[in-house]
Amino acid sequence: MGTAATAHSMIQHAGSPTGIWSWITTTDHKRIGILYGVSAFVFFLVGGLEALIMRAQLMKADNTLVSAEAFNQLFTMHGTTMIFLAVMPLSAAFFNFVVPLQIGARDVAFPRLNAFSYWVFLLGALFLNSSFIFGAAPNGGWFGYANLTSAQYSPGMNIDFWALGLQILGIASLAAGFNFIATIINMRAPGMKMMRMPIFTWMTLVTQILVVTAFPVITVALVFLTFDRLFGTNFYNVAAGGDVLLWQHLFWLFGHPEVYIIILPTMGIVSEVLPTFSRKPLFGYAVVVYSGCLIGIIGWGVWSHHMFAVGLGPIADTYFSGMTMLIAIPTGVKIFNWIATMWGGQVRYTTSMLFAIGFVAMFIIGGISGVMHSAATSDLQQTDTYFVVAHFHYVLFGGAVMGLFAGIYYWWPKIFGRLLSEPLGKVHFWMMAIGSMVTFFPMHWIGMLGMPRRVYTYSAELGLESSNFAATIGSFIIGLSMLLFVFNIIRSVRRGPIAGRNPWGAATLEWATSSPPPVYNFSILPEVHSLHPLWTEGGVNAIPDEPPGPVHVPGGSYWPLVTAIGVIIFFLAPLLHMLWPALVGGALTVFAAFNWAFEPFEM
Amino acid sequence: MSNTAAAHYTSTGLDTRKIAFWTFIGSECLLFGTLISTYLVYEGRSVVGPTTQEILNLPLTTISTFVLLMSSLAMVLALAAVTSGDRKYSIVWLATTALLGLVFLGFQVVEFTEFVHEGLTISTNLFGSTFFTLTGCHGLHVAVGVIWLTTLTILAFRDKLGPEKAMNVEICGLYWHFVDVVWIVIFTVVYLLQRGGIR
Amino acid sequence: MLLVLTITGCQGPFPQSTFEPVTSFGESASQLFWMIFWFAVVVFVLVEGALLFAIIRYRARPDGPEPKQIHGHTALEIAWTLAPAWIVALIAVPAIEAIWEEAAPAAEGALVIQVTGHQWWWEYRYPEYGVITANELHLPVGRPVELQMTSADVIHSWWLPRFGGKRDLMAGRTNRLVFTPDSVGEFTGQCAEFCGVSHANMRMRATVTTQGEFDSWVASQTAEPTPLDSLTDLQRRGHELFMTARQPASNSCLACHAISGRSFGVLGPNLTHVGARSTLAGGLIPNDAENLASWLRDPSAIKPGTDMLKGDGSAVGMPTVGLTEDEITALAAYLQSLR
Repeated sequence: MGTAATAHSMIQHAGSPTGIWSWITTTDHKRIGILYGVSAFVFFLVGGLEALIMRAQLMKADNTLVSAEAFNQLFTMHGTTMIFLAVMPLSAAFFNFVVPLQIGARDVAFPRLNAFSYWVFLLGALFLNSSFIFGAAPNGGWFGYANLTSAQYSPGMNIDFWALGLQILGIASLAAGFNFIATIINMRAPGMKMMRMPIFTWMTLVTQILVVTAFPVITVALVFLTFDRLFGTNFYNVAAGGDVLLWQHLFWLFGHPEVYIIILPTMGIVSEVLPTFSRKPLFGYAVVVYSGCLIGIIGWGVWSHHMFAVGLGPIADTYFSGMTMLIAIPTGVKIFNWIATMWGGQVRYTTSMLFAIGFVAMFIIGGISGVMHSAATSDLQQTDTYFVVAHFHYVLFGGAVMGLFAGIYYWWPKIFGRLLSEPLGKVHFWMMAIGSMVTFFPMHWIGMLGMPRRVYTYSAELGLESSNFAATIGSFIIGLSMLLFVFNIIRSVRRGPIAGRNPWGAATLEWATSSPPPVYNFSILPEVHSLHPLWTEGGVNAIPDEPPGPVHVPGGSYWPLVTAIGVIIFFLAPLLHMLWPALVGGALTVFAAFNWAFEPFEM
Repeated sequence: MSNTAAAHYTSTGLDTRKIAFWTFIGSECLLFGTLISTYLVYEGRSVVGPTTQEILNLPLTTISTFVLLMSSLAMVLALAAVTSGDRKYSIVWLATTALLGLVFLGFQVVEFTEFVHEGLTISTNLFGSTFFTLTGCHGLHVAVGVIWLTTLTILAFRDKLGPEKAMNVEICGLYWHFVDVVWIVIFTVVYLLQRGGIR
Repeated sequence: MLLVLTITGCQGPFPQSTFEPVTSFGESASQLFWMIFWFAVVVFVLVEGALLFAIIRYRARPDGPEPKQIHGHTALEIAWTLAPAWIVALIAVPAIEAIWEEAAPAAEGALVIQVTGHQWWWEYRYPEYGVITANELHLPVGRPVELQMTSADVIHSWWLPRFGGKRDLMAGRTNRLVFTPDSVGEFTGQCAEFCGVSHANMRMRATVTTQGEFDSWVASQTAEPTPLDSLTDLQRRGHELFMTARQPASNSCLACHAISGRSFGVLGPNLTHVGARSTLAGGLIPNDAENLASWLRDPSAIKPGTDMLKGDGSAVGMPTVGLTEDEITALAAYLQSLR
């Protein structure tokens, strides 16, 4: 029992069991967070590989490195993987590990449901990627527009893998959403009012509210698509009076909140990292909270800015243009508050801080191109071209991914008890920063000079070969930087320096525990009196190393995994057009759920 | 705070399961909201029949709606019985709720079978697609509720549903009443406000 | 580094540049872009500048004091909420004006062209003149054009960057795009909504000419095809091959293609005057004997996916018919004669 300042392997800590079975049956939020993090990172590399192949194909005009069909599968899977299998679960890794610690709780509200979310995610990710084995990887784009995705125009299994895979992943996200909302609302330590919550926890709350409201919409859209393909329903069937636009509206009603689901947690991370390494509190905490909430709400009102070329009419176009411009305001306010946080501080250039600063710098550019898109008439030139590819990669890669790396370098010592190498980290940062500028900046003019997106090749006559070549070079620089990162983490696992409780001198509760934390998180429940518990005299009560008496820690359970397996089996039915998997899978799910409900398990 | 007290501490004083369940209900509002909106957007745009006027059986569905409403009453009585520790009436009212739910489903099965015989399947036209998907989704929710209620009935029968377990029943009640409210909206939109014709 | 990047991008020509519009529609989008761009430059310099200043000026000194623990400043928050709001308002006004300007109906006497998107080619009909053609538009300079657009299959998007913004083509809906080309010349564009395997190969071109040249183009497009008795033997053999029913029926030219007065297929492009077009295969390859032969020999080698089948078993595009070399030579000669 005790601190991490021992030679134990970094996964083992106070009272925690070891071995594969303990990981399969774990309900500990810290372990689930690690599972999410490792899986998501693997898929991030897969998605990155898909990108590198695409960039290699596009490095010269009329190239024949990969076929048209292969390329179309690559860009579909790259987008789907990065959004659903990499960035969202990497954020989930942090929700899981960090949020209960930040609010002074022992675990999340429903630990087994938490495990269930992870297993469904993993099995769903494998389901989706198994399509490659069948040579039928999804090929309709990550946004799968009807009626290209209909059985008539996409007769193979590709779209079925996609639609069903997303449904499975949706179940995981929804379950986690209910879990985290209940956790954050009801399990905060005494004294932690809502406006004393760490900003990362706040952004997590807003994100989860977006998840539980937006995912039902895409669920319905995908059910309609699956039913059209499987049962001949008419939701997107023009001949029967249906409208292909129904898909677009439903998809983007989900899709726009989805991009805020992606960015808000990383904004939360940056909002934690910047104050720590400026030795100053976050400037305008309340305003940053409110602007996050406002972004979440307004984010529901802008969806058809993805549809300016559809011909919705001037009234709709005016409304969506206006609302999109409006959302730039709370976003800008956040950026100003971040800069003001560093202003007048003592700024330490740790790797984590570099990534956070990089986030702000790149997000400014991505936000600016976003405002350019908001003007519908000029967007008619920009939409569906490489200009918009530039825009969203600046906010998603330069923004979200950099934010996630800021989080990784920040919380790694807390999670594993050892520090990552700062020099290697800094090289990683600079390679990634330079690589992304070289990759994505040219895409602004590549698009404005006439190259549409989602094209496996282009004519040399466009005059864009050298720019495309430059972008490809940049992408390989990014790839190399990832290899460096992998080397860094392997090295840290083996012989990184011991981290100690609070290597960064941060303010929030997770830094009050040992690194890694004991299995029960806090030896006694914290009582909080300040927004910055560890920076304020008397901000939190003293937390002894050892608990005064025995602490009950729930054991593991295998029912979440079994239930998840039942769910996957069920989804084989519409994939393979067979009935029995639905019966077997359904029965297994119900059986497992009953066992889950009735097994003795106490928090 | 001692660790035993800590285990039961909540920030709001409300049961965590209840909070999670209300979140779930909020999510379900979006689910049914999307299905109902699609139904409304597509109403009257079918290219071929049958149409709503030709096929919907208002008297029959009014009866089944009444049955479902009564089941909510039974649910309220069930919760009262469980809370006051009345084993006999816990069983009676939980079973009644489940039974009425089953009757409602029975009516739906009859209705669906009738429609198929009259030439309306899920793929026949827009109305068939939106109608069967919407009401089928609702029926699925009722079925899950019936299973839940049956389980609670059996627990009550086995003396495992005392007043300390009342929250379980209250949450089932939340679910059941929600499903009922959704049906009231569906009944109003689909059956009472019919504007369907052929485009 | 940015300079290098910008320079590598700067060698023209850029035939599909959005920065060189030849219509007022394109000009208005370009002006809006540049207006926002200059606002963006100012914002970029100010904000990135502030960021850089903050991290350099306030970098940690080894013996530095504890910084002042400022939590916020209400007046500042108000100021930097109002400032972007003001900039946004300044951008919104011209942006919204441009939306309503573009939505105005076409002027009287506009040239109406009906566009139907197919996987992966463009069908053009000029109802005013009775012209039916594919992939290549001819337009008289200075006359307003109204494209009325729909799709025969999936969603496509018509984009000719130098004419202006794009508009989607969807089955069951008719969209319109209105513009007036004010310069003569050749302009290219391509489909901008992912529409299947050969989306990247669905190209288009527009030739804007004087009114006189346009009138002669219309005349030649509405003329009857070269009479059969003035064809050479080789060309006539090609005509016979064209009119032959094959097995399966979908391999017959006349099943999909129309030649005025001879065949009436509507699934593929109208070939009555195909010899006069400058490109083939959806604006993809130059129209010459060798390319035409390659296309007839194996369309899917040039345009992947044309040999795939849709859900109902029909072909997506031109099937690989399996013609002999002699047949190909004859057919090519015939098709080239159709000017």
